[in-house]
This record gives sequence, structure tokens and C-alpha cells, in this order.
Amino acid sequence: MEVSKELILNALWETLYMVSVSLFFGGIIGIFLGVLLVVTRKGHILENRLIYSSVNPIVNIFRSIPFIILLVAIIPFTRLIVGTSIGTTAAIVPLVLHIGPYFSRLVENSLLEVDEGIIEAAKAMGATPLQIIYRFLMPEAFSSLILSLTTVTIGLIGATAMAGAIGGGGLGDVAITYGYQRFSSITILVTVVILVILVQAIQEIGNRLERKARRI
Amino acid sequence: MIEFRQVSKVFDSGGKKVEALKNIQLSVNKGDIFGVIGFSGAGKSTLIRTVNLLEYPTSGEVIVKGKNLAKLSHNEIREAKKDIGMIFQHFNLINSRNVFHNVAMPLLLSGYNKKAVEDQVYETLRFVGLEEKANNYPDQLSGGQKQRVGIARALVTNPSILLCDEATSALDPETTKSILNLLKRINEEYNITILIITHEMEVIKEICNRVGVMEDGQIIETGSVYEVFAHPKTATTRNFVKSVIRDEVPQSVYQLLKEKDHFSRIFKIEFFGADSGQPIVSKTAKIYNVEINVLFGNITELQGIPFGNLVVELIGDNYEIERAIEYIISQEIEVKEVIEDGSEQRIDIERVVGNALHG
Repeated sequence: MEVSKELILNALWETLYMVSVSLFFGGIIGIFLGVLLVVTRKGHILENRLIYSSVNPIVNIFRSIPFIILLVAIIPFTRLIVGTSIGTTAAIVPLVLHIGPYFSRLVENSLLEVDEGIIEAAKAMGATPLQIIYRFLMPEAFSSLILSLTTVTIGLIGATAMAGAIGGGGLGDVAITYGYQRFSSITILVTVVILVILVQAIQEIGNRLERKARRI
Repeated sequence: MIEFRQVSKVFDSGGKKVEALKNIQLSVNKGDIFGVIGFSGAGKSTLIRTVNLLEYPTSGEVIVKGKNLAKLSHNEIREAKKDIGMIFQHFNLINSRNVFHNVAMPLLLSGYNKKAVEDQVYETLRFVGLEEKANNYPDQLSGGQKQRVGIARALVTNPSILLCDEATSALDPETTKSILNLLKRINEEYNITILIITHEMEVIKEICNRVGVMEDGQIIETGSVYEVFAHPKTATTRNFVKSVIRDEVPQSVYQLLKEKDHFSRIFKIEFFGADSGQPIVSKTAKIYNVEINVLFGNITELQGIPFGNLVVELIGDNYEIERAIEYIISQEIEVKEVIEDGSEQRIDIERVVGNALHG
């Protein structure tokens, strides 16, 4: 059977929809948790053992569950949040829970790379912890955060392929249901080519933004 | 202005207690450029950090302008910190922000309006001589320029105290001089009290009026720079003094002592202020029947007072030489004789002749 143009375009749209919405929410969660993981650690500006030692393992747990398992394991939670457990929107909930903790680790790494001297200077001029975070840490880590976000975005594209398991749709789903299960090599080829172009484009945009942030 | 009262600091690193500060007792007066010198690990970084509470003392008090900051609320501490500028060895500038933004930062944190920020920042940049670099980024600046940005950032809130944490240690000698000059101007023009910590005696010599020598968490010597340089009490201090003023008698002098074929005696004349070197030498030569041959000299200036030593050879008969030396000593100048050490065939003993001659 032939794959229609509409089918592919529709799948592309579904992929972009899932990626962008879950990137938005996952990004917020990732930045929040990443900052929390940094500032509450020992010796940092808001050292708090209780918060650090609870957030840290939670992030690890989510990072260790394979996405395909997470997808089905949290179905009741998904239904609670978006009212349904199948479809594109329903896929967003596990995608967010998958990507948020992953991103938080990358954010954590980026922020830890910021020179401690800068934090010291901030403290010396009487900055509040919140000011230290958004006036010093975030700007200094900005270019590195862009690259992390790029990595996460590309990771999300891969993860959406599995969203087909709960009827999420998207390019990966088309590749499996039309291409693999119905032996349509051309479908696989087309979707894969689109995915490759998508990933290349995102990486390129990410690199350019990062270079711009570093003023190169 | 700044008073350390029995300040101790203990770091707990992996169950091992490290005493970084031991009962520090020190006061910095208003208008001082106070230098704390010590080798790395002496605790001087910790000391300066207790002033603006980057480190809290474990015990004791640091009183800044009459207040013990550690007793204040978080908000009051933040306010108090705006009166204490600080500059760092590695500048600690925000690399992702331009010079203007870096200097403006302390004002932005306090929520100043845009106009006030701009006026204040440009005025400060003019003072440090970086007005035209306002739109440059730190990585486009030289080390000296970066430190000027750091200084501008520290001054922009009009503080009354400036803390300098090894501010010139990452700079070459030429740049160090220019930064030190700038610090001196800050002290003179804005009447800002400066506390400097350093391991370079050059810094103390160049701009400080008072100095504390730190070793193993303690202040082992303190006083006016002149006093401490002229009469170092401890070996550590002597070593620091030696790093700027060569104190030992050079080999060539010993060589001469061994090989000379006329009668003469060699003395080391130490000048601690009073009169400078030359008048004493020429006066002595005029009054007494001795020839004075300057073999080696090392005179520098400390806060406008000459300081250092001259190694001279006095040629003449012994009686005249003794009288000449007595005269020099009577001018409040210390004299030591350079003599040969028989046992080692080397001449490296300096006998203090003052007492022998007077007694």
C-alpha cells in the first residue's frame, strides 16, 4: 500500500506537537529540579539536605525506568491529568515525566560548571539566593543550557516513536504500523529521512544559538 | 573600622578539624591601607572573608564600623555588604555580560532605576579608565583591565571599605604597579579603607601603611610597614622583607675581604629612615681620615622614607675607622661588621659592632 502525503504530514504534525508541548513542560520541570539539585547541595547557596536527598533519588528513579514501561505504568496518572489515557495528548504526560528528570541532570551539570568565584562575587555584593540564580548562575550557564536543551529535544523525538504504544501517533508510530508491520519499506524510508532532517535541523539551530550566546 | 576580636575559624573537612584562624586580634583603622601578608595556607583568605561574612567565624567577633555583621538579619547583612566592596585574584566577572553590565550589577541587585545606574556606572568606569570599554566583554580584556572592571564593580556602590583578595597575584609586575596605583588613588580620593591580603611583599611595600604578618592561622607580627620592615621579629617576616630588600652580603664582598692587600674593614650600614644613605657616607669621609668605598647598596623607599643597607669598605688606620663608625652609630644608624669566618674559610658572620664600641 502507498503512504499518503496527508498521513505523513499529519504524523509530522503530531510529532512536533508532542515534542514542543512536552519540551515546554519538561523544560520547566528540568530547570526547576536542576536548579534545586545544585543550590541545595552541600555548601551551596541554599544548602538543604532534606530537599537534596529527596529530589536526587526521585530524579534517578525516573531516569532508570525505560520509557516504554513508564508510558504504560503511569496510565492512571495520565488519565487524571489530561482526562484520557490514549492519544497524542495523553502521550505528552509520560514524555514530560521522562524528559524533565533527564533535563534536570543536564541543567545540574551546566550550573555546576559555573565558576565558584562568580557565586562568591555575587555573595560579596549582597545578592539574594534568587538573584544569584537568575543574575549570575543562569546567564553564565546559558550557552551550555542551550546545548542541553538541544540534546533533550532530539531525545524527545526518539521517545515520541514509542508513544505509538498508547496511540500517540507521530512519525515513529507511522514507521512502525505502516512500515514495519505492513512491510512498507518506502514508509520507513520516508519517515526516517524526515526524522534525520528534523534532528539535523534542530542540532544545527542549537549549535548556532549556542555560538551566538558565546558571541563567537 | 574593622576589628577582629579573638576570631577563630575551624573547618570541618571529612571529620578532620582544620583551624584556619586562631584567636585573631587585629584592628584596621579608617583610612588605612592595611596589608596582611602570609604564605599560602596561612589563613589570610579566610581572614578577609570573615569581614563580609563569606566565612562566618567559629568564635569571636568581626566588628565592621561598630557592628558585628554576624549578629544582623539576612537583610541587614545584605545592606551592610553594599558598604564593603571586594575584588578577587581571578576577577570573578560575569563572562556572559559586558563591562557595563558587570559594573552595574551591584546597583541592579538593589533595584536602582536605569538612569541612576547609567550615571553611576559611567562615572566609576571613568575613574578606573575603562569608559570606552563599556560594551566589551570580559574575554576581550587584558588581566589588568579585568581587574579594573572588578574594582569599578566594587566601587560602584560607594563603599567605605574595599577588600582585596590577592588582587594582583594573577598580574604581571607592570600591571600590578598600575593596579596598586589605582588602589592608592581610591584610598586617597574616596577615603576608602582598604584591606589587602597578599603573598607579595612588593604590594605591602608599594601601598600599605600598616601590615600584619600571618602564619599558621595567627597574626605573628603587626605594626606600621616601616616598623615591621626595619625590625622584623620573626623568621617569616625576615623572609618577606628579604624578598624586597636584599639583606645578605653578596659573595663578591667576602671575596674582596679575603683578597684585599691593604688594611681596611668592611661594614654593613643599615638605614631605617632618618637620613638617607649618601650624606652620612660623605659626611663621615669628610670628618674622619678614612676613605669610604661603597661596595654594595640596596636602598629603597618606604612611604617616602629611605630604607635599606649599604656595604662599605673603610680604608684608613684602625683608630680613625673606629671613630668613624662610632660617629655613624651616633646618627641612630645600625652598623654591622662583615668579618671572615675562620673555621669555614668563608666569611659570612656579621658581628654587631655597636655594643663593643660603646661599651
